[in-house]
Amino acid sequence: MAVPKKKVSKSRRNNRRAHDAIKPASHMECSSCGELKLPHHVCSSCGVYNGRKVSSTVED
Amino acid sequence: MRHLNSGRKLNRTKAHRRALFANLATSLVEHEQIKTTLPKAKDLRPLLEKYITLAKRGGLNSYRLLISRLCSQEAAKKLVEDIAPRCKDRQGGYLRITKAGFRYGDNAPMAIIEFVDRKIKVKNKTEGDKVSKDSKTEKSTEEASPKKSKKKETKKTSDKVLAS
Ligand SMILES: [Zn+2]
Repeated sequence: MAVPKKKVSKSRRNNRRAHDAIKPASHMECSSCGELKLPHHVCSSCGVYNGRKVSSTVED
Repeated sequence: MRHLNSGRKLNRTKAHRRALFANLATSLVEHEQIKTTLPKAKDLRPLLEKYITLAKRGGLNSYRLLISRLCSQEAAKKLVEDIAPRCKDRQGGYLRITKAGFRYGDNAPMAIIEFVDRKIKVKNKTEGDKVSKDSKTEKSTEEASPKKSKKKETKKTSDKVLAS
């Protein structure tokens, strides 16, 4: 069976993980209420998407 | 290999999936708009759009087919009598999916699926009825809800204070 010949050093391991960082989720301002929202999603605070009231569970 | 296989299994057996989509479809027909997970909404849309096409065709055979597929006579009736005439001028694309954040608990992507020709007044009427019914039975929850909102506000303000 193939087995690693040498222990991977901390430096080599950390260098490998240099590009593994998770980027923060993108967000934008809602055009109708100004609250921060996820792009391409219904606004969680006012329930509007593309100028249309979608979610009726979110109260005004 | 899953070549030429479409659709999702959703961790369910075939019978379970069939029942699930019958339930989702009847709920959507009843309420005009429902919130579910994005994969379920994505599989429900083509299914229910085919049923709407069937309802638009009319006749006793399609009506009976709808009852058997939806497992609900009321939903089939509403499809034929209410929704099919509303969707008359549309050649497909009767449903709209909008992404609606991620569920608390399992972070599942959620979506709101609704009829493009949705009667907003109908929805409001049913909501009004529900509110009047709920206000009699669930007064305690109504009393509790404003407190929750107040708590949220205080949290928000505290966050703002921290940010500043
Ligand atoms: Zn908003």
